[in-house]
Amino acid sequence: MSALVVLPVVVPLLAAAVLLLFRGQREFQRVLATGATALLLVVSAVLLAQVSAQGILAVQLGGWQAPFGITFVADHLSAIMVLITAVMALASAVYALVDIDPEREASGFHPLFQVLLVGINGAFLTGDLFNLFVWFEVMLIASFVLLTLGSSRAQLEGGIKYVSVNLVASMLFLTAIGLLYGFTGTLNMADLAVVLPEHDAGLVTTIAMLFMVAFGIKAAVFPLFFWLPASYHTPPIAISAFFAGMLTKVGVYALIRTFTLLFVADVGYTHTILLWIGGLTMVTGVLTAAAQNDIRKILSFHIVSQIGYLIVALALYTPLALAGAVFYLVHVIIAKANLFLIAGITRRLSGSFDLRHIGGLFQHAPFLSVLFLISALGLAGIPPLSGFWAKLLVIAAALEAAQWWVTGVALAVGLLTLFSMTKIWQYAFWSPLTNGVVLAQRPSRLLYAPTIALALLILLLGLWSEPLIALSDAAAAELLDPSRYVQAVLGPATSDVGLGAGHAPVAGGRP
Amino acid sequence: MEVPFAFLVGVLFASGLYLMMQRNLLRFVFGLLLLSGAVNVLIFTAGRLSRGVPPIIPEGLAAPAGPVANALPQAVVLTAIVIGFGLIVFTLVLVLRVYERLGTVMTEELGPALVRSPDAREEP
Repeated sequence: MSALVVLPVVVPLLAAAVLLLFRGQREFQRVLATGATALLLVVSAVLLAQVSAQGILAVQLGGWQAPFGITFVADHLSAIMVLITAVMALASAVYALVDIDPEREASGFHPLFQVLLVGINGAFLTGDLFNLFVWFEVMLIASFVLLTLGSSRAQLEGGIKYVSVNLVASMLFLTAIGLLYGFTGTLNMADLAVVLPEHDAGLVTTIAMLFMVAFGIKAAVFPLFFWLPASYHTPPIAISAFFAGMLTKVGVYALIRTFTLLFVADVGYTHTILLWIGGLTMVTGVLTAAAQNDIRKILSFHIVSQIGYLIVALALYTPLALAGAVFYLVHVIIAKANLFLIAGITRRLSGSFDLRHIGGLFQHAPFLSVLFLISALGLAGIPPLSGFWAKLLVIAAALEAAQWWVTGVALAVGLLTLFSMTKIWQYAFWSPLTNGVVLAQRPSRLLYAPTIALALLILLLGLWSEPLIALSDAAAAELLDPSRYVQAVLGPATSDVGLGAGHAPVAGGRP
Repeated sequence: MEVPFAFLVGVLFASGLYLMMQRNLLRFVFGLLLLSGAVNVLIFTAGRLSRGVPPIIPEGLAAPAGPVANALPQAVVLTAIVIGFGLIVFTLVLVLRVYERLGTVMTEELGPALVRSPDAREEP
């Protein structure tokens, strides 16, 4: 049973190792990579079922008790994130079978993608801040290589921005970890949740701000998001789509985890800053999107604006808002990645990503148009699609908390998102073709499979949203009551006494 | 002993950040190198600088008998050094590749170099 918590990390890790051994054999790699990702989906689904049946699961690797060992924890939030990662991974892996050229496959696309999954799942499941850093780095280094794989000039130019800004974020993250360790003498998150309230709230908040900046860069919030639209449009679509769906959300997850479990000493201060950041992120993202003509760039700026909703939901810090955040996470990952995948097919049909050069797709590819419409309207929050419930929860929470301006901003940004999606629809699908070509090549049917599945998921989550809302509620309840997390990791006896004997014999002592 | 180290960390941070704000990508990498060194010294200092016996648990006991040196910061720094090494090597290769393909390592020339390049419209 306890092995289940580490399986979402172990499965892709083993797959990556085997894939590396069979580097030359393309067919075998393709089958194994897809199979391993499908297995990951099964494992993740079982994990979520177990977590919702039994509550928070914790494992201490190597038999060392927390807070000394390596702790893996799966609560509702982690399990939901792991499951949605697996869903997106499978969609991207199937799409990649057609989209990734043999040259990139030969340079190791498949093992790298599995390593990326290792890093992401590790970050979601770890119960230790330093391990969170390590998993982040595993994810980052894999994403660096995936982003620049193939070394086209555009990729290199975007890659240098992506790499440099993310490395600065990592250094800040590590600095914050060092300071927090010097301050408290522990890095286990459950242990920190117990120890931190005993310390000076002012100093804790200072360190919290360092974490906020570090995770803020990774989550691409205002004003730290410029690396994202500068780089996300450069790699092949299968990679872009997965990055667009998942990577920034790992940063958001880290923000949610630390600012519900650890840094809640001065909610009035930290979460007000988050509220402003969230509001500004929504507005700047959606306004800059309006000025773009490349579909991928429009979508990249929308990633930023959607992150704003998530940060606002975290900042409101009420049960309804956090449930909204979890629902929104799942919805936006699916909708955003699917829009990227559809943009990839659009490019294959029309030969370009530039709205000025494409048109008439509704006439030539009506089915693709319907898929786009579902995803785009879902992103904008039109009922009965998943985005409607996601936005409804967040906006209802903002109204409940009497945060009028943020409610207004959220509604306005929703409208502007609709405007942006209408722009793509109008140029690429509805208007007759003026200059350019239609049907540059007929895309393989395999490209449609993941987009159809994801569009159905958007529809399903809209029409039958109750199971996910129930899960989100459970996740929010756990997030707002850290004692359950602490008990699951440290056990009921130690949760109030703190640490016991192990920390005592340190020369120089715990501060 | 911690105070001089705190100043050392400060100086390293300042020099690292100064270098990172230069337009030359190579200097940026050197700045990164200094910064990652600074963070490692910071973690080491945060674990308190003191002389102590190695943290070895005697036979039959569950915890060390007397006060021992704190081994955790060393483990953390060791991990951080390895990760930092990997990241910096990757960044150096990336900068080299950028120089080979775009012909410059100056940040303000990267954009124009991309627009000028023959495969500017190149789509993946």
